[in-house]
Amino acid sequence: MYTQALNTSDAETSGLEDAARANAFQARIDADERIEPNDWMPAAYRKTLTRQISQHAHSEIVGMLPEGNWITRAPTLRRKAALLAKVQDECGHGLYLYAAAETLGTSREELVDAMLAGKAKYSSIFNYPTLTWADIGTIGWLVDGAAIMNQIPLCRCSYGPYARAMIRVCKEESFHQRQGFEIMLTLCRGSEQQKAMAQDALDRWWWPVLMMFGPPDQVSQHSDISTRWKIKRFSNDELRQKFVDATVPQAQYLGLTIPDPGMKQDADGHWRYSEIDWDEFRQVLAGNGPCNRDRMAARRKAHDDGAWVREAAAAYAEKRANRQLAQAAE
Amino acid sequence: MATPNTPLWEVFIRSRNGLAHKHCGSLHAADATMALQAARDVYTRRGEGLSIWVVPSNAITASDPSDKGMLFEPAESKIYRHPTFYDVPDEVGHM
Repeated sequence: MYTQALNTSDAETSGLEDAARANAFQARIDADERIEPNDWMPAAYRKTLTRQISQHAHSEIVGMLPEGNWITRAPTLRRKAALLAKVQDECGHGLYLYAAAETLGTSREELVDAMLAGKAKYSSIFNYPTLTWADIGTIGWLVDGAAIMNQIPLCRCSYGPYARAMIRVCKEESFHQRQGFEIMLTLCRGSEQQKAMAQDALDRWWWPVLMMFGPPDQVSQHSDISTRWKIKRFSNDELRQKFVDATVPQAQYLGLTIPDPGMKQDADGHWRYSEIDWDEFRQVLAGNGPCNRDRMAARRKAHDDGAWVREAAAAYAEKRANRQLAQAAE
Repeated sequence: MATPNTPLWEVFIRSRNGLAHKHCGSLHAADATMALQAARDVYTRRGEGLSIWVVPSNAITASDPSDKGMLFEPAESKIYRHPTFYDVPDEVGHM
């Protein structure tokens, strides 16, 4: 289950709202009340959340692709069953999130169409390929690990349906991270080649995973209003640092080397990482990552290939409803 | 070509015998049978339920949040509806 800093907002429209209502709304947020779908909310709050939750949902759905790539090639039946269950969970997480986004007034069809048209983003991390089995271990361990860091605070987000969806997701998420770590541990305790495969996967995923937390705080736009609305409770850099501090000892346990020669522990015990290549992040977001085109093509194909199923289900439901009406009229 | 929007259903699950069905989320499905099957897959992957209800979302009538004060204030001011309002001497024991 995956989010990244999708916390951009539309503060500019808020000036149009009735100031008294906006103040009352902010007072509810400040009192830690949950906002529910039928409550009054500023248009910018609605728009910000619709975008954040739907992009989070798209990320879950696109996130099935890199892992789905290995279902048929999992090394054992145990691994295959676990991976299948994990990918099914990601789909479920996408559905919980779409349902939460829809409560803000945009239909599922519009949300999905925006994604397929390339108008809505999804997490940059899924534009990287899964080249070996060790990538599946690394995704569970690091990508899901980073997602958990992001999602735990979202369980207390001010918007009720989003917070409730996140609670469900977080409950299911820890299995994902543990299964990933177990794959890594098995590889690291295996042959030289297996350990090298694990190290290679870590080398390729480490920096993209750190980018999942979004741009550094000094350039992160609109973070202030999301914080004021209690959509966001920690800054990108705070979460990134928490993740790094939690992950370094795990890598040491595995006997793997984090691909950052400049990394060192400071006096407070925090692991300080080197400068992140934000140009790569911008390139991937702009559609120029290794797999952007493949991912979009796969989503569009799945949507088009499923069209007849949606049409048949709708036609069958209509036929049944008509028959019931006719029987009732007799 | 636009396919019509697939209807929305609210899902209620009874987690254990003796407990009530509880709302757990919503989903889209063309009809009630498919809604039940989808609810099984989406909301009970880890043995969360013994029974599922699906209800068309548009069949639910909800109270208006702006009526909250009018609807619920009367209950708040009637403290004599709660057992702690009444004094029972300690000697009487648990009641």
